[in-house]
Amino acid sequence: MNYSELLAIDFRLIGPELALAIATCVIMLIASRRWARMAAPLLALAGLAVSGALALTQLATPATGFADMVTNDGFGTIFKLISVAVAIVTVFLGYRYFVVKQLDKPEYYALLLIATLGMMVMANSSNLIVILIGLEIMSVPLYALAGFNRRSLESNESGIKYFLIGAFATGFTLMGIAFLFGATASTDLRDIVNQFNAYRANAEAYLLLGTALTLVGFAFKIAAVPFHSWVPDVYQGAPTPVTAFFSVGPKAAAFAALIRIFDFGLGEIPGIEVAFGILAILTMTVGNVLAIRQDNIKRMLAYSSIAHAGYILVALAAGGQPAISAAVFYLIAYAVFNLGAFAVLTVLETRSGKRSDYREFAGLSKGHPYLAVALALFMFALSGFPPTVGFFGKYYIFSAVVNEGISANNGFLIALAIIGVLNSFISVYYYLRVVKTSYFDTTDGAYDRAQVSPAVTFVVALMAVGTLGLGIFPEQLLSLTRSAVFVFL
Amino acid sequence: MPDLLTLVTFLPLLGAVIVALLPSAQHGLIKTVSLATALLTTIVSFILYAQFDPLGNGMQFVVNIPWVESMGINYHLGIDGISLLLIVLTTILTPIAILSSWHSITTGIKGYFASMLLLTTGMIGVFCALDLFLFYIFWEVMLIPMYFIIGIWGGQRRVYAAIKFVLFTMFGSLLMLVAVIYVYFAYQAQTGDFTFNILRLSEIDLPLTAQYWLFGAFALAFAVKVPLWPLHTWLPDAHVQAPTAGSVILAGVLLKMGTYGFIRLCMPMFPEATLAFAPWIIGLSVIAIIYGALVSMVQKDIKSLVAFSSVSHMGFVMLGLFVMNEQGMSGAVLQMINHGISTGALFLLVGMIYDRRHTREIAEFGGLASVMPVFATFFMIATLSSIGLPFTNGFVGEFTILLGAYKANVTVGVLATTGVILAACYMLWMFQRVVWGKVTNPANAKLTDLGLRERIILIPLVVLIFWIGIYPKPLFDRIEPAVQANLLVLTERLDGPVNAHQTPASVDSLEFVTQVDEATKDDN
Repeated sequence: MNYSELLAIDFRLIGPELALAIATCVIMLIASRRWARMAAPLLALAGLAVSGALALTQLATPATGFADMVTNDGFGTIFKLISVAVAIVTVFLGYRYFVVKQLDKPEYYALLLIATLGMMVMANSSNLIVILIGLEIMSVPLYALAGFNRRSLESNESGIKYFLIGAFATGFTLMGIAFLFGATASTDLRDIVNQFNAYRANAEAYLLLGTALTLVGFAFKIAAVPFHSWVPDVYQGAPTPVTAFFSVGPKAAAFAALIRIFDFGLGEIPGIEVAFGILAILTMTVGNVLAIRQDNIKRMLAYSSIAHAGYILVALAAGGQPAISAAVFYLIAYAVFNLGAFAVLTVLETRSGKRSDYREFAGLSKGHPYLAVALALFMFALSGFPPTVGFFGKYYIFSAVVNEGISANNGFLIALAIIGVLNSFISVYYYLRVVKTSYFDTTDGAYDRAQVSPAVTFVVALMAVGTLGLGIFPEQLLSLTRSAVFVFL
Repeated sequence: MPDLLTLVTFLPLLGAVIVALLPSAQHGLIKTVSLATALLTTIVSFILYAQFDPLGNGMQFVVNIPWVESMGINYHLGIDGISLLLIVLTTILTPIAILSSWHSITTGIKGYFASMLLLTTGMIGVFCALDLFLFYIFWEVMLIPMYFIIGIWGGQRRVYAAIKFVLFTMFGSLLMLVAVIYVYFAYQAQTGDFTFNILRLSEIDLPLTAQYWLFGAFALAFAVKVPLWPLHTWLPDAHVQAPTAGSVILAGVLLKMGTYGFIRLCMPMFPEATLAFAPWIIGLSVIAIIYGALVSMVQKDIKSLVAFSSVSHMGFVMLGLFVMNEQGMSGAVLQMINHGISTGALFLLVGMIYDRRHTREIAEFGGLASVMPVFATFFMIATLSSIGLPFTNGFVGEFTILLGAYKANVTVGVLATTGVILAACYMLWMFQRVVWGKVTNPANAKLTDLGLRERIILIPLVVLIFWIGIYPKPLFDRIEPAVQANLLVLTERLDGPVNAHQTPASVDSLEFVTQVDEATKDDN
């Protein structure tokens, strides 16, 4: 008997992660060469493509290994795929942006890949310690990415702020895990679930304390109100492609961990739905109300991402398979149209002196008719108009919640759905303000056109097709998210 | 070869896509393609009208294809007489609206005509959808093009009007969405089946409290659209600020989507709640009739006068629906068509003098009859039709509604009739100030009369005004079976199963009449 069999070490299980690690190492090794600027994005794309392909093969064969530290279930694998897809789009988005801003350093791609690797580790384990390690592998490069524009004061502020808040949040998470370990003598969620009642009888106070602290830590990461105050500054200060990445990638990974820990592992904790429900109400409402007051579109999208986290929290509050599947569906849908919106912002910010204030968008429909149409489409999707996937995603969440409310005879959940719907009404106002500015407002003199690179055109077109296509034909994605939730190992 | 309903719904969308792909500088081509698509849609709708069997039972031309199968969402279309007439109205008004914007729209031509066609698809879709989910999608989709039409090509305060329009409508429809979801799961709880089929959803018995809430949520969405007093405040803004064609479509078709929603969804799905709320809705309708008329009286701008008159006229439609006898309801459906024709014509005429004078102030005009005799003639016909003079379409509709109203409750009938008298006052007074008398304003002395294009636009509407006014039977033949089917659902629910020969008019039982009495007392 050797250790490798005992621990079930099978490197195929971590193939996607390894591919990213290798690509990162190669990029770092060549970083000092002159041609590295050209090669780094290509290497990053190659690494991501291999990683994605390997993840696809895992979709069919759920398995655990490494002494149960790695859990390749459908749920984890779908988040691996989301992470890879988001990272690929980010590479496309950033390419010209960083050249124009004179920031095209190979390290950017290495950091991006490590963060993606962290997201995968985090989504792909049922062990609290591994989740925490994944969280840290993801977060540390993100701090550097937020402050990547060294010459910009705002970017520096963004990096420092994100680092301080992130470190603080990790402290909470770690403390929470420690208490959970104290209460259960295990860091494996499956153990905790199996013997939950015994643990609860033994050490309920520690269990509750541990749950609360872990929840607070993750609430910081997903930017749930009242742990959201870092988001606007970080989003506004970071380079726009990085912001795009922040708003969908790490958020999705954090939600994956959150779902695994709280809806699977600690779902039996008394009052957990109410805690999530209150968090959801606060997050939606504060996010939406503050978004109205913004004059900068990046800041508006920052608050909007808070609000969208709130909608997903509504699903988490309801729990149960349909709601979790709806949450996963919404995370994917949100990634599609939000990346699309950020892609448009990225193009327009390659013009000098632009920082995505609303007034810069006046006359967009004349200067860039196609970008304006795409941006309008993404805004309609964000506000949940049919036939975009934004509508279907919201419909799926609220219908799952109402369903749970009816079958459990829980009026709180119905109320949650109504509050969610009213919130999406508030959001119509500020999303349409973008459309209003780009279509109804006019500029004095000629519109300052931006140069649109083929890479970004591709991203915008792809996301626009996805926004409409997944909205009109959601069946495939539905069955994918359903099967993902079904296979929890 | 796709089926006729799919064709009539998506032909305009196809046109919109083609228009969007054309180069923006090709103005002539864009306009021609749009008009051709619109006319083709009209032809398809005429074929639909010809093939429709007035004696047929239930829904016709049904298409039912699974769409999102795992959620029970189907691509399910079908029409009865009510939907048929509304579709034909839509497809007649669309080419007219497009033709009316031929010269008056000068910027963003491509976007404008594509929006118009997209809007048409949304409207026709609402009238054919038999799947609640599909209905909701069409219902919401049509907001977007209208938002752009008002916001880009509208008047001075267009941005405000566009945003107000969207926010009002959205507020209503989002609560409707929650209600839609609730009904869906309530059906599943009772039958174990997932469906959005409107016809099947109305087969279940919902508890009374749930019905009240659900009716409220649906009714809010529809009442905003109608618009029923006091939810009408978006309407004057949207109508006055929208370009002429936008106002024509808004008044002609969009408002009907609200009343159609009441007929198609609220009444069959929540019959008990409908009966319980009927007195209140009748009360609000009577207020709308009188309030709309009084406010019209004091308007200084012709377009806002016509806009407020819509509040009054749509009040009549709502009244007709909720007195819930055959006359009232048939009259209401006919009046939906009539209002589309006569108010559409009025908005077109207002647009024509606005193109010439760039003002709509009543005080700016006077004596137009001597300068523009053809215009004056058309204007008179539209005005008289709006008032409801015998031999025009308005008379038939309003008379039938009033007949139903008197049958249900005399007080309501009398109050509603004052609306007709007031309508005559404000319309004729406006007409007198604009058209009769001497030309007092030198700016009006040299106005050119209507050209060929403008006459072509108006002639079909005038023909319809007299045709429906003199011989409404073909329309009633198609409306009545649908209305009877609707009333039958209500009676069955109230009195248990009834045999098919019994007249649906038995709804106005004594109990109901007393309810109406109480409601009107409250309102007084």
